[in-house]
Amino acid sequence: MSYEIIGITVLWTFLYGYLIVASIDFGAGFFSFYSVLTGHKNKVHWVIQRYLSPVWEVTNVFLIFFEIGLIGFFPDSAYYYGTALLVPGSIVIILLAVRAVYYAYNTYGISNNGNLVYMALYGATGLLIPAALSTVLALSEGGIIEERAGHVVLKWAIFFSNPYTWSVILLALVSVLYISAMFLSYYAHKAGDKTAFEILRGYALIWSGPTILASVFAFFQINRQNPEHFQNMLHSAWMFIASLVCYLGAVYLVWRKRHLGWSFILVMLQFAFAWYGYGRSHLPYVLYKYVNIYQNFTNESMATALLAAFLAGFLLLVPSLVLLMRLFLFNARYIRGNSPKRGS
Amino acid sequence: MSLSDPILMSRILTGLTLFVHINLAAIGVGLPVMMALAEWRGIRTGDPHYILLARRWARGFVISVAVGVVTGTAIGLQLSLLWPNFMRIAGRAIALPMFMETFAFFIEAIFLGIYLYTWDRFKNKYLHLMLLIPTAIGSTSSAYFITSMNAFMNMPQGFTLKDGIFTDVKPLVAMFNPATPTKVSHVIASSYTVSACLLVAIAAFSLLKGRGHVYFKKALKLAVVSSFVFAVATAVIGDFSGKFLAKYQPEKLAAAEWHFDTREQAPLIYGGILDKNNEVKYAIKIPYALSILAGSSPNTKVIGLNEFPKENIPPLSIHYMFDLKVTNGVMLILIPFIYMLRKRIPGMRGAVPKWLLVLLVALAPLAFVAVELGWFFAEIGRQPWIVRGYMRVSEGATTSPNVSWMLLLFVLLYLVLCVSCLKVLGKMFRNKSVEEELQELYPGGERTS
Repeated sequence: MSYEIIGITVLWTFLYGYLIVASIDFGAGFFSFYSVLTGHKNKVHWVIQRYLSPVWEVTNVFLIFFEIGLIGFFPDSAYYYGTALLVPGSIVIILLAVRAVYYAYNTYGISNNGNLVYMALYGATGLLIPAALSTVLALSEGGIIEERAGHVVLKWAIFFSNPYTWSVILLALVSVLYISAMFLSYYAHKAGDKTAFEILRGYALIWSGPTILASVFAFFQINRQNPEHFQNMLHSAWMFIASLVCYLGAVYLVWRKRHLGWSFILVMLQFAFAWYGYGRSHLPYVLYKYVNIYQNFTNESMATALLAAFLAGFLLLVPSLVLLMRLFLFNARYIRGNSPKRGS
Repeated sequence: MSLSDPILMSRILTGLTLFVHINLAAIGVGLPVMMALAEWRGIRTGDPHYILLARRWARGFVISVAVGVVTGTAIGLQLSLLWPNFMRIAGRAIALPMFMETFAFFIEAIFLGIYLYTWDRFKNKYLHLMLLIPTAIGSTSSAYFITSMNAFMNMPQGFTLKDGIFTDVKPLVAMFNPATPTKVSHVIASSYTVSACLLVAIAAFSLLKGRGHVYFKKALKLAVVSSFVFAVATAVIGDFSGKFLAKYQPEKLAAAEWHFDTREQAPLIYGGILDKNNEVKYAIKIPYALSILAGSSPNTKVIGLNEFPKENIPPLSIHYMFDLKVTNGVMLILIPFIYMLRKRIPGMRGAVPKWLLVLLVALAPLAFVAVELGWFFAEIGRQPWIVRGYMRVSEGATTSPNVSWMLLLFVLLYLVLCVSCLKVLGKMFRNKSVEEELQELYPGGERTS
């Protein structure tokens, strides 16, 4: 494999990591708020909090890692995306800021009851951020970012009137809720919390339908937006079929209330197949026709240094993440809430 | 000054984000060390006061980390959004430290999360304490990596510039440039100092308010002694930085000292104003001091501003930043020193009088202002360059016309964040007094040693 392919695969994998972790996080924020509104607060709120608390900081890092890595490996993408995304990017920063900060205030700062305004902020940003972030995928297909007379411009009119933009936003919204509900059902089940499980299982099943519809819709919109990419996707058709099979399996298991761990693994596989299939067929472009992984790659010495740093960092990161998961995600005593919940 | 000038607006917005971020970043780097100190003492002596100290510090720390992560994310993304041309070109040489910084940040985030949720979870108390080691290593090395990138911008090397593109890049040479050692160690030492000073101020404030519990006295002592040690280290490294500037970035030192003619036995100028003919007035002149600062000997030749073309000279206002920062630094050493000597000062008899408590409270603002001024001095002193000698600030900025709107948005955001952060922190500690918490933690009555 060439450095270019390894580089983009590493980045794509981190973005995949972000997709899963952030979806759980974003969706959980929304469900947490929703449960307060519908009077289910005491049934699901604590399960959600217990999962979120130790991991909220880690989520952000995946995103930054991707951004810095992208610029490291493909410096020209900074020029195109950086210039074009000033406004949407700044708005995403603000949403992320509001979300993270008010989460921390609510969890550590205020008394145990929580603050409805903070929770509303948390829930709303949980849906807005994925919607905003996903639009970068629409931009990457080309036709929306243009370079004119040495200036990079984002054509807002085309951006907003483009059905593909909206299909991506829709897909992001529903899959966030779906991934999150699937995970939380598993988590609640493990915690032995039957009431929370029933509610969360309901959410998971409700959101599974729209997820698959939105996926199919987005799939065919790519054909209109970028036929070349769509043709490439057809060459990797087996990946999308595998994704569908995993989806069916995951929903079936949740419906039958069996093997929920496996069900979530199937959800992860479902998105992995679709994500890598989409990414693979997008190559060689990072931004259609402007940034190409081969022509806009960084110099070789930097590439080797980055990959070496990545390898070293990865060897530190994986055991740490495993430790985090063993202490909190897969520790029955902690999940059931027998361990002290807070640092206070 | 024009609101539609993307270069100026980008500078202001970047400056603003960093202005907010460095306070929190400094706390982020320094506080884990202080928490570790307190917890270690607590475990070793079996004194519950120190354990509670670590717990309360940790709780406040989480809030500042939350805001720090947010502003850090902002600057991470803003680098590409506001300076796309800079990132496109310089990214070829300095992506490595930025990339490594994210790993360090990852490790810090993971272990801090574990630390906060595992009090009382391990039988061996040292296990919990050990979680702070990767946290502190993570935060300190993230300061290391990101500062080495900044050092590169001051002292670029490890590449050749060919047709506007950095080629023949040697990433490690770029990362370990001559500015790295002094800059990084100064940043780390001053972060430790700021954190210790903040804790001094909190403890002193509680004592001033009449909360006489022995807990606060212990907190004060631990924090003051630490801040003294860190402040002295910062000053010593600051002296090395002066020598570094004299050798590698003489125009910055000369601008800071209003030193126009190259000469030996150069005096250090403190305060004063410049008139139209660049004559220094009303300043205190310390003979030979600049030469000593630059090269440890009064006969060191210090290069003056007249040797440089006008368009490459940084703004002369950095003189005031330099002076004020050094003044603050001296205070940060003096005030703790008075506290530590109090038993020998006649009339004090070891008690901490009110006026000294007021001075100790002042340590926090003094330290934060010193950090801000230090960064202002370092950054404005690099003007007009973004990569000194290679790329001007104007060549690196975005061309987008919308920066002024974003600036407005971020001003609002930071105002809301800072005000709410202070409010939440205040509320958190007022909600539960130390006495109540000790009751909760050690219901059988406290055993102090």
